[in-house]
Amino acid sequence: MRVPILKQSQYVIASIQSALSDEELLQLRDDLARDVGKHRSRGVIIDVTVLDVMDSFAVRTLRAIAHMIRLRGAETVIVGIQPEVAFAMVQLGLTLEDITTALDLEEGLACLNRQGAAGARHVQ
Amino acid sequence: MSSNPRAEASARDESVVPITSSADIVTARQRGRALAAALGFSGSDLTLIATAISELARNIIEYATTGEIVLSQEAADGRPGIGIVARDEGPGIPDLSRALSAGYSTGPGLGLGLPGVRRLMDDFEITSNAGRGTTVSVRKWLP
Repeated sequence: MRVPILKQSQYVIASIQSALSDEELLQLRDDLARDVGKHRSRGVIIDVTVLDVMDSFAVRTLRAIAHMIRLRGAETVIVGIQPEVAFAMVQLGLTLEDITTALDLEEGLACLNRQGAAGARHVQ
Repeated sequence: MSSNPRAEASARDESVVPITSSADIVTARQRGRALAAALGFSGSDLTLIATAISELARNIIEYATTGEIVLSQEAADGRPGIGIVARDEGPGIPDLSRALSAGYSTGPGLGLGLPGVRRLMDDFEITSNAGRGTTVSVRKWLP
């Protein structure tokens, strides 16, 4: 299933709804890179609350997405990593490196708003 | 095909998931999670087991193209557990000790994720023969 991407003011929000195959994750990457340009978005939120597993491929792909989005001039926040998933990631030695994370959607939006206040990019 | 006699003897419920495409990775970990839940595992253990299955299935796709994941109910001294065997007939791993010692913090190492899987599970066995494939057998016991 394709991950729905919603535009909300100057941000786009991708809410993952179910476990994703590798192809669906790569589709999300391509969709987000495109939508950031289409909507002239300054920030992207990827909500991974429903993911009960984040293996090496998922983590690698999320990192790639965030780096691509940054190259497109926007910032990414990953929200909703579950405590069990965080534990498994640490055990596996998987990291999101310099990517911003937040507890949930609300915190993620607050995060982007703070970054937006600091940034100088002109929108609209 | 070599198999583990101890696991064979105690296995009751066996479920084979063929791994031929990346979509099968999701199927394997969901079936494994369901079996683990039925055996009484909870919360973070379910996630650890599903993550280990995901990495093992991914190795099959990446290095051998096709193979299978066998999920089974295990028991040792009356303690239940889950057994996962990842089997392929791919090229095998030329340097097993290197694959097992690949860096913990320096990223994916050889990309096999085997040290990570080893940390997630209680028991870990691997046999690999050049040109004849790899079998990884792991178990986790109910706490």
